[in-house]
Amino acid sequence: MVEFKEDVSIVLGGAAGQGIQTVEEILTRVLKLSGYNVYANKEYMSRVRGGINTTEIRVSSKKVRAFVRRIDILIPFKRGVLPWVEKRLTENTVVLGEKENVEEEYLSRVNFVEVPLNEMAKEVGSPLYLNTIAAGVVVGLFHGDFEALEEYLRKRFGSKGEEVVLKNIEAARKGYELGVKLCEEGTIGIEVKRDENVKKEILLSGTEAVALGAVAGGMNFLSFYPMSPSTGVAVFSAQHAEDFEIIVEQVEDEIAAINMALGAWFAGARGMVTTSGGGFALMSEALSLAGMAENPVVIHLAQRPGPATGLPTRTMQGDLNLVLYSGHGEFPRIVLAPGSIEEAFYLTAEAFNLADKYQVPVIILTDQYFVDTYYNLPELDLSKIKVEKYIVESDEDYKRYKLTEDGISPRSIPGYGKGVVVANGNEHDEWGDITEDEELSRLMQEKRAIKKLETIRKNAMMPELVGREDAKYVIVAWGSTYHVIREALEVLNREDVAFLHFKWVYPLPEKVEGLLEGKVIIDIEQNVTAQFAELLKKEFGLEIHHKILKYDGRPFSVEEILDALKGVLE
Amino acid sequence: MISPLIFEPERPGSKDIAWCPGCGNFGIRNILRSAFAELNLRPQDVVIISGIGQAAKMPHYINVNGYHTLHGRSIPIATAVKAANPSLTVIAEGGDGDMYAEGGNHLLHAIRRNPDITVLVHDNQIYGLTKGQASPTTMLGMKTPTQPWGVFEEPFNPIALAIALDASFVARTFMGYFKESVEIIKKAIQHKGLAIVDIFHPCVSFNKVNTYEWYREHTYWMKDHNPYDREEAFKRAIESDPLPLGVFYIHEKPTFEEQVPAYKRDKTPLWRRKSKLEEIGKILEAKRTF
Repeated sequence: MVEFKEDVSIVLGGAAGQGIQTVEEILTRVLKLSGYNVYANKEYMSRVRGGINTTEIRVSSKKVRAFVRRIDILIPFKRGVLPWVEKRLTENTVVLGEKENVEEEYLSRVNFVEVPLNEMAKEVGSPLYLNTIAAGVVVGLFHGDFEALEEYLRKRFGSKGEEVVLKNIEAARKGYELGVKLCEEGTIGIEVKRDENVKKEILLSGTEAVALGAVAGGMNFLSFYPMSPSTGVAVFSAQHAEDFEIIVEQVEDEIAAINMALGAWFAGARGMVTTSGGGFALMSEALSLAGMAENPVVIHLAQRPGPATGLPTRTMQGDLNLVLYSGHGEFPRIVLAPGSIEEAFYLTAEAFNLADKYQVPVIILTDQYFVDTYYNLPELDLSKIKVEKYIVESDEDYKRYKLTEDGISPRSIPGYGKGVVVANGNEHDEWGDITEDEELSRLMQEKRAIKKLETIRKNAMMPELVGREDAKYVIVAWGSTYHVIREALEVLNREDVAFLHFKWVYPLPEKVEGLLEGKVIIDIEQNVTAQFAELLKKEFGLEIHHKILKYDGRPFSVEEILDALKGVLE
Repeated sequence: MISPLIFEPERPGSKDIAWCPGCGNFGIRNILRSAFAELNLRPQDVVIISGIGQAAKMPHYINVNGYHTLHGRSIPIATAVKAANPSLTVIAEGGDGDMYAEGGNHLLHAIRRNPDITVLVHDNQIYGLTKGQASPTTMLGMKTPTQPWGVFEEPFNPIALAIALDASFVARTFMGYFKESVEIIKKAIQHKGLAIVDIFHPCVSFNKVNTYEWYREHTYWMKDHNPYDREEAFKRAIESDPLPLGVFYIHEKPTFEEQVPAYKRDKTPLWRRKSKLEEIGKILEAKRTF
């Protein structure tokens, strides 16, 4: 008998088009409704059918929010899955499924439990019920809430008619009973605590958090060109565009996308684009226009490995330098990188206030790992959302680029007030008209690149400190690695190791230096050249003592971080 | 009626006009001022989004809202301005290089999207600001510093292209005909949907072929032309010498702003709206179950 306690990692693997996503959806929802904490993340190939895609679902007694390498229960839907996940198999791994889907050489390495999923599906009436049966088996292993499963199936297949619903419920029951039996006869033992409160919680993905945060922050115009892994934000926004009464437009290219977003802001709306590194590269011209014209804009960039098309469906934090230095000429920008789903929601909403207030591009950096992750969370507090608008009514002699102490000129919009608004991507005078005047050119450069930047820096958010301020070691990381590092630190359990997580990546507040001075700094990033470490060095002259880097297109796992930290710490 | 003088900018930077003496852009500016005045438009409610080039300097020499943007990018920006606030009169303005070369893709897709904006193309068949290179509309055989052997690429036919794509309003004028041009631009602005006006105008510095006289001699006004007949419009569009002037084609159809979900129930411009927190609340509630 193989026993799992407190925390079980279940991986489903199969070809694209085999319905892995469906099983993932059923399991996460039904297990959460049964009172279990859940976490899910997927990895997939850049193809429509075939290949091998996997999904990891963690079911736990307490909140789980990070990717683990180990697989406790593996359900392969085709041959090739076991070799694909070979490095993640342990001596405890239970493989549930059919013999034909397991290569012989693995039979001795894993605990194979033969489950005739296909045969059971045929008994119900069609091989199509395979996914529902598999989901039923897993829910059964956890003695999950069968009513919730039934209700889910009704909702999901309701539009296909009563017969399909009933067949699916029958399939689910067969699977469920088998799952329960596997436990009762002692093949698999699972001990994970349930929590009544979890049942009422929200299950949300990184993608949904960004999209909902944007709408909460007043986004009413989204222009985009489809590109993995950023498209989900557009899909979600488009599907709710009528409820939100917003414009979501798929345009001819990324160049049009960002220019439209600029136009939307120029006219007073709140525009966003959602893209990935390759798309953002095309946007750099308009980013520069945003800088010069002091046109607010919000950009969501879901990173994937480059250069060029790189690994289109995989993850990396390789575009920090791109967003920091993209665009010709010198102008400020704000770079944000949420670490949790909650943070993605609040930070994306806040991005719109920041863009409006400082009249600069605000870039939200996520990545494939982050957008494709979801887990349960208690709730999102909508009362925390403050939509701050900074648009002023113009008078007759309105000056769009009035020189001010803090570098921020009051921004009016066409049609609001007695004046006209002239914005300009050429160097300009205070009214917005072209100038080649020496003095004005200098003043305008300083206004944008010095005064405004300093105003933003003064108001920048500090990183979150996890652990003790006087710890000898401090880990620095940004964005999506937050929970993986936190979980690794919990396991490590050392008081002399603290963690600074940067959700506000640029410009960095001056006080950051004080938190890092005299410490042994360990930089953790998912890129080859430690881009954030370079930024810290550039901004504060800080030497980074250790770098833990990963760049194979896969997310850091808790185990990897833990191993790497152990290697670095004395 | 509003006086054209209210469209004369009083800003200090607007006095130093960068156009060459005798440039056709001056005439287009006067045509625009008269058209705006005759339509009783207020400066505050008009927006000119321009690209890059001499034509694109228009926002600085006329008293309306303006945004001088990037080469070829005026159309997507103008589209969004109109979508964000449909009560504005929105004009995208640029030269033949701006609209037909660098911004060509945006023009194609704007025709498909059909926002209610007016695209004014100052077509002098040459690149002026960069000193005389061939543009997409430069005539075959013309020698330039960068085409010393003479242009051999087929000139772009914006009128035929727009009709082929079933654009909403397609016209051509020569700015040397003031009154007629004012009328055409008024019609273009009043037209609901994307209106494209190709405006011939000489570049007195770099195009020695297509002069004021040349345009007078090589153009004619279409009479008894039915702009609602697409085939007839297309036949006119491919005439090459003399070139027809006037409204070639009108196809009334729903605009972009009319079709987006944002304005189905509520006509308030986007900038006056509040975020839909209650809708977000509903979605989050649903996330507690399935």
